Amino acid sequence: MGLNMKKMINLKPSRTSAIIIGLLPFVLLLVIYMVSSDARLAINPSDKMLPAFSQMGDAIYRMAFEPSRRTGDYVFWQDTLSSLGRLGAGVLIAALLGLVIGLLTGALPVVNASFSPLLTVISLVPPLALLPILFIVVGLGEASKITLIAIGITPFIARDIQRRTQEIPTEQLVKAQTLGASTSQILIRVLLPQIMPKLIDAIRLSLGSGWLFLIAAEAISSTDGLGYRIFLVRRYLAMDIILPYVAWITLLAFLIDFLLARLNRRLFPWSLEGGA
Amino acid sequence: MSQSIQTKTAASNVKKAAVTPIIQGTNIGKSYGQDIILERVNVSVQEGEFITLVGASGCGKSTFLKMILGIETATEGELLLDGKPIPNEPGSDRGIVFQQYSVFPHMTVLENVIAAKGFQKSSITGYLFGKEKKVAKQEAAEMLAQVGLGHALNRYPHELSGGMKQRLAIAQAVICKPRILLLDEPFGALDPGIRADMHALVLDLWHKHKLTIFMVTHDLKEGFYLGTRLWVFDKLRHDPHSPNAYGASITYDLPVGHMPEPLYDEIDQQLRPLTKMEQPISSME
Repeated sequence: MGLNMKKMINLKPSRTSAIIIGLLPFVLLLVIYMVSSDARLAINPSDKMLPAFSQMGDAIYRMAFEPSRRTGDYVFWQDTLSSLGRLGAGVLIAALLGLVIGLLTGALPVVNASFSPLLTVISLVPPLALLPILFIVVGLGEASKITLIAIGITPFIARDIQRRTQEIPTEQLVKAQTLGASTSQILIRVLLPQIMPKLIDAIRLSLGSGWLFLIAAEAISSTDGLGYRIFLVRRYLAMDIILPYVAWITLLAFLIDFLLARLNRRLFPWSLEGGA
Repeated sequence: MSQSIQTKTAASNVKKAAVTPIIQGTNIGKSYGQDIILERVNVSVQEGEFITLVGASGCGKSTFLKMILGIETATEGELLLDGKPIPNEPGSDRGIVFQQYSVFPHMTVLENVIAAKGFQKSSITGYLFGKEKKVAKQEAAEMLAQVGLGHALNRYPHELSGGMKQRLAIAQAVICKPRILLLDEPFGALDPGIRADMHALVLDLWHKHKLTIFMVTHDLKEGFYLGTRLWVFDKLRHDPHSPNAYGASITYDLPVGHMPEPLYDEIDQQLRPLTKMEQPISSME
């Protein structure tokens, strides 16, 4: 802390120290958990609040590698598969709808004028408030969960794509017209390809809400799924299952985001360096 | 000097008689609400002319270019293309090169030019297939060799220098065989050395493809060196208390190549912002 100490705002960690101070909070949390867990289990060995890692491991091993006595399924994988299927279907539908709506409203002023107010209002409706309506209209099956995810994130993707489309320099649109391009040619050849990497970015940003709607829908009405399981075992205070499930969902979310980012770089190498 | 100001439209009266001018404007004005940008612009341009537009910034030269392009319309007067009112949207008879954003960043150099060929086709997507594509590819490669990009066919625009991007933009425009080529400060962001190369390229293409060129530039020297005719945009009347009360007009319309030295200096002086600031003071005396 001498006189030559830099101002805080100019202080930048080196690469190694950045990794170390980045990992530190994780280690700290783990240590705190282990110490607290040990302390509680020492007092009451059948305590369920903070299970030891060995207990969590056992619980997940049972769920993942031993068939369920009731159904014969490997519950953990069955839950994962169902949830990912629902999330994937919902996000895919939202991406397609959002792309079409966003591209058309962003590119065509007439469509924009007739669609934008509606889109703004729809995006203000809290999607979870629509869940009862969905249950009534499309029933309690898969459709209602997928629809909830789609309804929940379509407005976000549509508005994001709309903005991205409008951000494409008008010079390009004028240029294309001076080369003889028609409206459909401009949409398909000039705007759509430049929007695709933005669409993947929008999907990445909306996946958080996607998981939220998925888990909410599964919690309320389902027979399997990661969200369903968490809410089911809550009745038995089964923290040894809930905590690993939450960690697993987090890991899945991270992996999906990571893969989409990689996909973006692989498919659209030109999009890294701003406009031309 | 006042002599030369009065004889300012001497340039284009040569072969006006029989041929319809490709561009003709009478009493063109442009205003946004209270702000008047252009007023009383009268021009007549024959096919094959190479006109450079100079003037201080905000003097409406780009606005005039955009009127020919079809993305701005005159609020007064009439602008004719081949004797008919100019279309109010861009079309393939009028090519454009902007200072930037003139090429498609998601296509390689070659694809950029092939796409330009594809857009000429009236299909939904403008994609070319089979023999058509082969021919377009051949033609595009030749065009790119002509502008000096033969070695960079598979690069993306973000991998090109500023000068190369503009060469690509020009190749794209020229391959569509426009009758008029509009250049909106195309070399404004380039280094002086590269600019000289670009001048040579533009003059070469102008000869080869018999284009009518309008080029906006900040650089008076460039305006004099290139082309056949120079337009100076400036305000004839000036109200120091309300700078937008009067619009700019074409104050000089000169044939390039017959320029007396003092007149060059006079225009040069006029375009400098310094003298602009002095003008209102002297007019108040």
